[in-house]
Amino acid sequence: MKAFSDLLDRLVLTPSRNGKLKLLADYFRDTPDPDRGYGLAALAGTLDLRSVKPALLRELVLERLDPVLFQYSYDYVGDLAETIALVWGGGEKDDTTDEEQPRLSEVVTMMNSLGRTEVRAAVRNLLDHLDPAGRFAFLKLATGSLRIGVSARLAKQALSDMSGKDVTEIETLWHGLAPPYEPLFAWLEGRAEKPVLATPAIFHSVMLANPVETGDLEKLDPADYAAEWKWDGIRVQMSSYGGTKKLYSRSGDDITGAFPDVVGAIDFEGVVDGELLVGGTMRSNSPTRTFSDLQQRLNRKTVTSRMLDDYPAFVRAYDFLFEGDQDIRAKTFLERRERLGTVIEKAPHDRFDLSDLVPFSDWKELDRLRIEPPDPVIEGVMIKRRDSPYQAGRLKGPWFKWKRDPYNIDAVMLYAQRGHGKRSSYYSDFTFGVWTQTPDGDQLVPVGKAYFGFTDAELEVLDKFVRDNTVERFGPVRAVRAEPDFGFVLEVAFEGINRSSRHKSGVAMRFPRIARLRADKLPRDADRLSTLTAMIEAASPST
Amino acid sequence: MKPEALLHPTPAGLFCPIGRFHVDPVRPVERALITHGHSDHARAGHGKVLATRQTLDIMRIRYGEDFCGAEQVAAWGERIEIDGVTVSFQPAGHVLGSAQILIEKDGLRINVSGDYKRGVDPTCASFVPVPCDVFITEATFGLPVFHHPDPKAEIGKLLTSLKQFPERSHLVGAYALGKAQRVIRLIRDCGYDEPICIHGALAKLCDYYQGQGVALGDIRPATIEKSTPDLFKGAVVVGPPSAFQDRWARRFNEPLISFASGWMMVRQRAKQGGVELPLVISDHCDWPELLETIREVAPSEVWVTHGREEALVRWCELQGLPARPLHLVGYEDEGD
Repeated sequence: MKAFSDLLDRLVLTPSRNGKLKLLADYFRDTPDPDRGYGLAALAGTLDLRSVKPALLRELVLERLDPVLFQYSYDYVGDLAETIALVWGGGEKDDTTDEEQPRLSEVVTMMNSLGRTEVRAAVRNLLDHLDPAGRFAFLKLATGSLRIGVSARLAKQALSDMSGKDVTEIETLWHGLAPPYEPLFAWLEGRAEKPVLATPAIFHSVMLANPVETGDLEKLDPADYAAEWKWDGIRVQMSSYGGTKKLYSRSGDDITGAFPDVVGAIDFEGVVDGELLVGGTMRSNSPTRTFSDLQQRLNRKTVTSRMLDDYPAFVRAYDFLFEGDQDIRAKTFLERRERLGTVIEKAPHDRFDLSDLVPFSDWKELDRLRIEPPDPVIEGVMIKRRDSPYQAGRLKGPWFKWKRDPYNIDAVMLYAQRGHGKRSSYYSDFTFGVWTQTPDGDQLVPVGKAYFGFTDAELEVLDKFVRDNTVERFGPVRAVRAEPDFGFVLEVAFEGINRSSRHKSGVAMRFPRIARLRADKLPRDADRLSTLTAMIEAASPST
Repeated sequence: MKPEALLHPTPAGLFCPIGRFHVDPVRPVERALITHGHSDHARAGHGKVLATRQTLDIMRIRYGEDFCGAEQVAAWGERIEIDGVTVSFQPAGHVLGSAQILIEKDGLRINVSGDYKRGVDPTCASFVPVPCDVFITEATFGLPVFHHPDPKAEIGKLLTSLKQFPERSHLVGAYALGKAQRVIRLIRDCGYDEPICIHGALAKLCDYYQGQGVALGDIRPATIEKSTPDLFKGAVVVGPPSAFQDRWARRFNEPLISFASGWMMVRQRAKQGGVELPLVISDHCDWPELLETIREVAPSEVWVTHGREEALVRWCELQGLPARPLHLVGYEDEGD
């Protein structure tokens, strides 16, 4: 654990990419198997570790520490895992030596072998045997929030740096291997042949697009690019080989079990990239349904036949990575698409269709199409270089996404809460509301919560307003003054809006963020709930 | 006599009305007793100053010859009468010359510990527990989160990083009085013999420490020599942390910012300060040491001067020990 916790401590504070790569490569080189493999898994997000609930951790720490002293400590540090790592043992002298500390692989094996009733004692014992850095690393892993600015991609680059092997080669193998990656390290160190993948029906890292930014398109020739609609579903990869059929999310999670309707209909071999949607395909001439309908099918392990009937899923195909077992990623986008068309043509028409190309002659025309798409479930356009090979990651140049402009409303700040981590000393989570008519006259009703979108300078302004205008406190939450002629108006941008029975207002926004501080407006000028419900109606298909 | 009659807080600092003197006053006063040379405790402009030889020397180095009207040296343990009050100075282990000041009258003993630490420090005399009725303690690191690890292990991190990034200049932030000399000495004790470069603000105090018998090895000014542009490649440079944001820092090759401070225990503190390599080295007590010292001194009452007073007072209450925060202003708890 020591090597891994030291690495984390350094990575958290190392801003430069090259510095991180050096630290990672050294770790992979100097740490023995299987520890380094689990370390790699932890960084790349593939580590399967029994999770521990924060409530249990609190209980454990309070067995030995006065709750008031714990609260003072937590308020000061602002991060639960770090607080517990530091105060563990009630603040007595800590004399754990490096040799006594369990290895990362031991921690993983032990945690994953525990029965439900054994967790409490095992975690207590483990925390007793780790030093503060080790406790921090363990707690971050076990609570599933290892945010240290290292992507899976960077970890793979470090493997490449350490071995001299090409990173795309590592990328290709990646999803066919599992922690602790011993065959991978053996190959990287030249001690063994390249691992042979048991099944080609594995996930292959997807190619991502960059958002179009000001000035990007002017430099490009529209004739070099093709455009497609950007559908508002979730990006998936279908992988089928030798009878094994899988459906993966964009990050490589296996979601096969939740979509038997789609997976069962796969009658081709190869790897297809597409958008998972609910409703009917274009080939069956029925409408694509909204993201909120798709949400009914997401995050479920199993699915009822009722769900299958009410929310039928299908895949709108975008791209073709493997045709049978032949890797065609190096071919051009247009060529891959042509082959994809042939396969989709023969596949069941109610479960698969091919994403249309959108003809356009110049960027201005495409801009008009983007702003007024022909279907409400379209959220913009994708722009792809006609000759682009399929390359994993988010390269700048070959693919762009150009989204419809976000929705905007003016809302009034109602409540504020302190942020965490870097922002633990600021009020940075804001609940905002809009006006609605009630029997008692117009009142503000909360419609959402946003905690980003503002600059550091704007945060200072927001924080000061909260501190100066608190009218009530509910635990960590402060209610602020919000009257027709006094309050803080926020311009909130969001990507979509749905009906919601969970919220008092009956609406739920997607991806809300604070676009601007509207010091020039009074709360009485803010939007009304009826404006939001009208947005929902406008976004729903006519069926 | 009530302890408050012998010593109580005032806006200028702790005041003894019988002896008519202040301890570590933050404003100019007629008569000041000074625990140690850090600028928030030792200010210029007092009438008479009573302090250890080394504290007086340090004040002269920092403020010039006329830093006070008249000075008087307190030898370790010497009992000095001031208007019927007896005062004596005992080592506090904080920085060179740092003292605790014991104030006695009619059998009542109040000990002002100033800033102090319990860990080993070869650059100054070690803390001596002094039995007393009222123990006045700081609480700079008065939260259970603070544990200062073995300083040599922290220096080990610096030496490892030097091997890992041999082309980068390692800039170690350390306060000019005490911390800088301790860090340099620790680096030497860990077997590093290369020249160590120092910022100009450290020069006089490093010279003074060396003159007092604290060996610092080969230290050189971190100035540019045109003929050797790679001079600072892979070098250890010690300077005040404020200098690292400055033009001064631009002369170094891919500087790697390190900071030797007890505050580095908390990751976000390090991150906010742009520190890449935090070294948890403190000249104050950590939480276990504060508790250990209170148990050892066994006073009948604890007063907490500055830092995280509420937590230490809470702990004392849980032990059934009367305690109160003094809420003294003017001491910067950042200075470690």
